Amino acid sequence: MAHEEILSEQEAIEKDIRSRVAAFEKARGNLIPILQMIQEKQAYLPPEAINTVAAHLEIPVCEVYGVATFYNQFRFHPPGRHPVKVCMGTACHVKAGDVILENFERKLEIREGQTTPDREFSIERVACVGCCALAPVALIGDTVHGHMAPSKVEGLLLRIRIEKEKAEREKVRGER
Amino acid sequence: MMLNILIDDKKIEAEEGKNLLQACLDNGIYIPNLCHVKDMAHPQASCRLCFVEIEGEKKPVPSCSVTVREGMRVKTDTPSVRRLQRSAFHLLLSRHFIECKVCPANRKCELQKIAKFLKVGLKSNYPLLLPKAVLETGKQETDESHPIFNYYPNRCVLCGLCIHVCRTTHGIALLTFAKRGIDTVISFYGEEDVSRLPGDKCLACVNICPVSAITLKSLS
Repeated sequence: MAHEEILSEQEAIEKDIRSRVAAFEKARGNLIPILQMIQEKQAYLPPEAINTVAAHLEIPVCEVYGVATFYNQFRFHPPGRHPVKVCMGTACHVKAGDVILENFERKLEIREGQTTPDREFSIERVACVGCCALAPVALIGDTVHGHMAPSKVEGLLLRIRIEKEKAEREKVRGER
Repeated sequence: MMLNILIDDKKIEAEEGKNLLQACLDNGIYIPNLCHVKDMAHPQASCRLCFVEIEGEKKPVPSCSVTVREGMRVKTDTPSVRRLQRSAFHLLLSRHFIECKVCPANRKCELQKIAKFLKVGLKSNYPLLLPKAVLETGKQETDESHPIFNYYPNRCVLCGLCIHVCRTTHGIALLTFAKRGIDTVISFYGEEDVSRLPGDKCLACVNICPVSAITLKSLS
């Protein structure tokens, strides 16, 4: 997609958010419902949206931020195309899920809750994904990777990057 | 109307409606406290340091959340009071980065004062809950996002006085608690635009901080 296209799409989303926010009654009690609506539409809470909400409800921007950061359901970075979810449930915790998480963080050079600058990957910690027998478990997109080991992390990421390159090359070939 | 109350066998007079902690402090009886300031409408009772025992009540209570009553008999230094205070104090210290020698709060720090009063050291009895990176590097975190202030989350005791004083001074608070649990910090989010700030004119949050967790950038 061309750069201008992305920008105009972004603008359209922001305009949509602004009109939806304006439809809410100006009451403090609406803060969380509004934030939930934005998160549903945009998959995260961008700084502009937080400012819009604060202006609409006439409360300080930092107060909106304070409330939003209190709840785990809100995120402040856009999810990557391949969201990495590392399980921190009891079984995975016992099987050193935190080491797996740390490996993803180091290899992608981002922290948990963040997204790589190219928006390819984001890292999240999740509670049990329901296959404790495979602990430690990580999800990349919707694919479950059981019996994770630190040495597997790089290979998984590399495979996704190679597949992406391959798809791009084929696309270019198809256009010719 | 003035009420008569008895604190550690000392008779004092206190104005009706006042909270017990304030009444004691006004009469020169020190009770450790961090999150209370004079004339606070709703004490937060969050630091858990100002415990006292009141005759007729089963357990020690935080004195900032008790209104004085006529004939009240209060003890401020019983073993159970001290135990609670020391536990609460050590829990606060378990996430406090100690480098008193280079800390701007040194010698005027509330934590040092309370440690001396409770006759305990500044090293926590509990495992340190500082972030991994801080423990590994031995360097504390600094939030430099604000144009005028620096915030040191590993010094902060989360008493909330900065938020309180900001709200009473400006009508709205320009800082807030962010995140939660052990990750809770004070945040200036959204106030990076210098033109919208009171700027150097208002240093209320810097001046009220008992541990110098908020400092002027120009001085650090």
